[in-house]
This record gives sequence, C-alpha cells and structure tokens, in this order.
Amino acid sequence: MSGEKRILDLCVDAGETLLANGAEIYRVQQTMELIAKSYGADCFHAYVLTNGLVASMEENGSLQSAAVRNTPRVEMNLGRISAVNALSREIVQGSVPLEQAFERLRMIRAMKGMSARMMVLASMLSASTFCYLFGGSFTDAFAALVPGCAAGLFARLLARSKTPVNKLVSNMLCAAVVAITSFAAAQMWAFTGTACNLDHVIIGGIIPLLPGVALTNGIRDVANSDYLSGMIRAIDALLIAAGIALGVGVVLKGLALIPGVML
Amino acid sequence: MIGELTIQLVMAFLTTLGFAVLVNAPPKEFVFAGIVGAVGWGGYWLCIQAGLSAAAASFAGALVLAYLSRVFSVVRRCPATVYLISGIFALVPGAGIYYTVYYLIMGNVAMSASQGVETIQVAVSIAVGIVLVLALPGWMFQIVSRRPKGEKQ
Repeated sequence: MSGEKRILDLCVDAGETLLANGAEIYRVQQTMELIAKSYGADCFHAYVLTNGLVASMEENGSLQSAAVRNTPRVEMNLGRISAVNALSREIVQGSVPLEQAFERLRMIRAMKGMSARMMVLASMLSASTFCYLFGGSFTDAFAALVPGCAAGLFARLLARSKTPVNKLVSNMLCAAVVAITSFAAAQMWAFTGTACNLDHVIIGGIIPLLPGVALTNGIRDVANSDYLSGMIRAIDALLIAAGIALGVGVVLKGLALIPGVML
Repeated sequence: MIGELTIQLVMAFLTTLGFAVLVNAPPKEFVFAGIVGAVGWGGYWLCIQAGLSAAAASFAGALVLAYLSRVFSVVRRCPATVYLISGIFALVPGAGIYYTVYYLIMGNVAMSASQGVETIQVAVSIAVGIVLVLALPGWMFQIVSRRPKGEKQ
C-alpha cells in the first residue's frame, strides 16, 4: 500500500518537474501515465493544466491516494525537460528501481541553469545577430549589443527581486529599457557621424523578450487538443506582446515629445 | 546571392544559439538547435527573396523548422521541443509588433492597422506550419535512424 503511494509520489514529482520547466501538457500527462504503468500501477488517472496537476491512484475500485500540485511560476529549462524524458524512457525499459528513480529525479531538479553571465551574453548575441537578419547594417548590429545587454541584465534583476512583479508590467519595463538604451546607442553612433537606424536596433533589442516559448507551447497544446491550456498560453503570448508594445510605445512617444529629436 | 545567404545562415545560427542558452537547452544540443534555427530562417529568407509575402514565407520557414526538429528529435533522442523552441524565435514577428506601435505613435493609423494584421497573419501561419508537421505520423521521420523511437518526440 505504501508502495503504491510511492509510485504516485514519483509520477507527480516527475509531472511537476516537467510542468515547472515549461513542458507541454501532453508530455506531462503521458510521462506520468507511462511511469505509473511501468511500476505496475494500472489505475492511475491524471489531469494536467498549464499551472497545476491533479492525480489519483485506485486499487480494487477504491481510491488509494491522490495528489495536487500547483506550479504558478514557470522558468524555462529545456535541459531538465529532456533529462526527465530520458529518465522516463529508462523507466519504461524497466531498468530503474523505484528508489533510484527518486534519486535521479532529485538530481534533475537540482540541475543548475545557465549562469547569469551566460544569459546576458546570449541575450547580446541574439539581439545583435537578429538586428542584422532583419535588415540592419553591421553598424546597427553592433549598436544592438547595448539593448541586448541591458535587456539581459534588467530581466535578471527583475527575476531576483523579492516581490514578484506582474508579468505584463515586467515585460513593459524590459521593453522600455530596451527602447531607451537603443536610443542611447543610436545617438552615440550619430555623434561619431555614422548612420544608425533606431528601428533596427530596437527590433534586435526586443527579440530576447518575444513570446516564442508561449507561442510554441500554445501551438503544441492546441495541436494535442489541450485547448484550455493552449488558450492560457495564447493569452500569455498576447500579453507579452502587448507589454513589449506598450513599453516601446511609451518611450518612443516620450522621445518624440523632446524638441529636436528625430525618430 | 550565395554569399548573402551564407551570412544570413551564420547569423541565424548565432541567434538560435543565443536562444538555446536563454531557454536552458542541454549544452550538447546547442549546435543542433543552431542548425535547425539557421535552416528554418534560410527557408524564410529564400521565400522572401522569391517575392512571397511575410506570412507565406513564415509558413514555409515554420514547416522546415518543425520537420528538422522532429528529424533531430529521432536522431538525437531528445524532445523536439528543444529544437523547436530555440529555432522559432527568429520567425516570431517581433518587427511586426514594433512597427504596429511605431506607426500608432506616429499617428499613422492605417499603416499601424496593416502592420498589426500582418503580425497576426505571420503568427497564425507559424502556428499552422508547426501543427501540420506535428500531425505527420512518426514513421516519416524514421528514415534517418533505424533505432526504435520512444513514445514522445
């Protein structure tokens, strides 16, 4: 009986790990069901949503145990998702004892993400190269390093703050920071007499903020007929886009009001 | 043309590499995510050069991107999400969002509306492209690898 409870614990832990690191609903559901089945628990039921999951286990028609998990904060970590995926493959093959599976899962949860420095560098790299891809010159691409760096640093700062900032507001703030630093970078080039296109610099700068994850996961959820979760993610993507638009818009409007500034 | 295409591919590779880091992809998949992103962007760019609309080009880019993600998912035994999420950022209509706001601020409502509609068109075509490829049966991706595939991509 306690063995059954342990199986449920493992399934729910694995599901929660996937969900909290940004996996799509179908994967969470299927991974939990496969793990339960591999350990011989036949009557396992789970219901998964974007921000939480419910699971129960029955034996001889009566409820054995149930569990609820809430995952309000999702931080994208594809490394952990693919590690859980690899673990569930091994469990299905039957080569992992239950207690060892707990240990492996604990190690996966403790896996470190990229360092803050790497994140900022990656943000700079993406902003700069994407600025070039979207029609910027090499001058623009070089200028886009500045908003890329600012966006990376500011996002880290917000993530570290003790009082979690509303997502719409934090995206707005990040986008505003990108717009201001882009303007500053473009002005620096203008002082040296080199032509620099502010549009292209801002487009490069906002790319690390774009809702690519929400869009992709939303699409995958809808494709798997998890419409409710898909809608939650679609709204998430829309709000992120709206936040970016508002942030950039407010700064541009402010700059346009300053006499002598040409946008 | 070939020279410019090479630069585009290299730049798209680097953009995707940056995103792979930002979404904490497994480090040993960075290069493969970069290749997927570069090829997806290459498809988009070639379509734009051929005179197609942004929405049609994004659709083509998303098809190529999603197909290659599933192929790599089989070959590398890693969820397709890893490549798909890292690669998609270059296609997400960030410039569309920007120009929609820009023209609104400048008081050009007509241009703003047209940019807004195009942004939505691009987002929808990316979605349709990915959904179509995800709906393909698994055996279409088995050609490259004889090893048995797991239950998930």
